Amino acid sequence: MTESTAIAERADGSPAVSSGGEPAIVADGLVKRYGEVIALDGVSFMAPAGTVLGLLGPNGAGKTTVVRILTTLLRPDAGSGRVLGHDVLAQPHRVRASIGLAGQYAAVDENLTARENLWLVGRLTHVPGAVVARRSEELLQRFDLGAAADRLVRMYSGGMRRRLDLAAALVHQPAVLFLDEPTTGLDPQGRNELWRVIEELVGGGTTVLLTTQYLEEADRLADRIIVIDHGRVIAQGTAAELKASMGATVIEVAFRDATAVADAREKLAAIGPVTVAGRALHVGVADGPRAMLETVRVLDAAGLTPTTLTLREPTLDDVFLTLTGHIAEEPAEAGNGAAAIAPRRAGRGGA
Amino acid sequence: MATRAIAARPAIAEAPAQRAQPVGDALAITWRNLLTIRRTPRLLVFATIQPVMFVLMFRYVFGGAISTPGTSYVNYLMPGIFVQTVVFGALTTGIGLSEDLHKGLIDRFRSLPMARSAVLVGRSLADLVRNVFVVLLMCVVGFIVGWRVDHGWLGLPAALLLVLAFSYALSWVFAIVGLSAPDAETAQAMSFPLLAPLIFASSAFVPVKTMPDWLQAFANHQPVSVVVNATRDLTLGRSAGSDLLQAVAWIVAIVAVCAPLAVARYRRVS
Ligand SMILES: Nc1ncnc2c1ncn2[C@@H]1O[C@H](COP(=O)(O)OP(=O)(O)OP(=O)(O)O)[C@@H](O)[C@H]1O
Ligand SMILES: [Mg+2]
Repeated sequence: MTESTAIAERADGSPAVSSGGEPAIVADGLVKRYGEVIALDGVSFMAPAGTVLGLLGPNGAGKTTVVRILTTLLRPDAGSGRVLGHDVLAQPHRVRASIGLAGQYAAVDENLTARENLWLVGRLTHVPGAVVARRSEELLQRFDLGAAADRLVRMYSGGMRRRLDLAAALVHQPAVLFLDEPTTGLDPQGRNELWRVIEELVGGGTTVLLTTQYLEEADRLADRIIVIDHGRVIAQGTAAELKASMGATVIEVAFRDATAVADAREKLAAIGPVTVAGRALHVGVADGPRAMLETVRVLDAAGLTPTTLTLREPTLDDVFLTLTGHIAEEPAEAGNGAAAIAPRRAGRGGA
Repeated sequence: MATRAIAARPAIAEAPAQRAQPVGDALAITWRNLLTIRRTPRLLVFATIQPVMFVLMFRYVFGGAISTPGTSYVNYLMPGIFVQTVVFGALTTGIGLSEDLHKGLIDRFRSLPMARSAVLVGRSLADLVRNVFVVLLMCVVGFIVGWRVDHGWLGLPAALLLVLAFSYALSWVFAIVGLSAPDAETAQAMSFPLLAPLIFASSAFVPVKTMPDWLQAFANHQPVSVVVNATRDLTLGRSAGSDLLQAVAWIVAIVAVCAPLAVARYRRVS
């Protein structure tokens, strides 16, 4: 992709500061039910202007539902949302005028070319024709669609559609950008380029809400991360805070057979919070070396021989697993003093 | 590495105080739909094959068995064909909308600061343009099989205008169907039971007098018959007064009721 192409000059020279400190995005107690299914169960968070908020969660957590409510596509059953101070229910038109959306599934017109798609969005957002033409060209180059710009989208690959969809969300230079799993389906190059685009946009003052299942992505882009599961906020903080909450270090122990895993899980629970990932156990601990010795003693006493036994820095994956997956019987002193974490079982969801 | 920051609007600038631009938005959507029609010509071909078959069938197969007072059967038939063509054509409005709705593209539209009516108005306008094309084509087919217009040079354009106005009104009826159906196939299936009685229990192909009494009451007053009768009067050089008035009343009433309903429905779909 052409890396040096700037997408456009600033629309005006005014600084990217918040007027009166109102956060750019506010979700306040969002509830959404689909019959029996409670998609959102009181989700609250906010994103200060000019920052990236990462919404992290497994399939069905409610990420898309949050995005749809905040982009005026869906009415919540309770709670409210505000974008740049405009209420999504009371002033949807104002909200729409300030946002760009790239949903989970590319919303582009198959029977138009890429250029025509961008033109259409430009017209519908009331950007002057000459500006649309110039910006479209820049976006097409930026997202590596220059050569295919005049081909029907029908003929596009999934990744190309995805990139066009992202370009379409940027035509009118929205102040707030909602990206629902934007890099799903992109190749590594496309993903890297998108990350760069997002970083540039944020550098220019754009606020971004981004949902993802890729921890690496949230880690790299997000200033703050909200972890949701079953429609509730189960943790929030910076990537560093979330990792710290795991304990300073993670001991990873793997076994050949499942009975050993179950056995070791029980025995190691005394050392720290244990999570299971297949044949491997992750134990979050504060004092690595000491806990490692203890682990060796416990395993040896139980006659369990691991295939691997390592000590490493915690990743967001560990956090994710701990919070949404197999939490050890007794989360015990899992907190390690990190106030950012509110494990679901402790029933402290929400913000 | 990118060397220059991509422009972003300042995070908290006043959202541009945009006024809705219903006309411009609708025209943008119309443009988009017309491009689609042009790029899927098979849809247009199928939309015209069926009425052409009807012309041939009624003209040469059933026509001989149907007696029409005062004029030849082909002259009686063609106004019915026009109306039948646009009635079935209006179905595509519903199908097209339903497709848009379930392709995810509608999410983009609904997240943009565009007029809520634009998707529907744009769709109905594009279908109107398409109907102009189809109706003119049917004229040509009619002339080929022997259709003649009396006092035509005023009556014919008036008749075609009436047919097109009716097609526009029906677009709104089927827009509601399209917005209510779970998918395009269902929209199509839902439309047929609505259409068949209107088309066949009408004066489009046979004189209403040949129908049983109970059916005549319906067949004489329902919109398809009224529009067909007015069109027939106009093309046969008869005075069209009462039928024309009723037809226009139907068209105005259908748009007045169905357009707001469709827009309201569109707002609620999600
Ligand atoms: N239209 C709908 N009808 C019924 N249930 C729905 C609907 N949309 C979402 N749900 C349910 O709401 C919950 C949250 O869905 P949502 O799409 O927000 O999850 P998500 O976090 O985006 O998941 P994914 O990572 O798979 O995209 C799920 O249980 C889902 O089944
Ligand atoms: Mg989703």
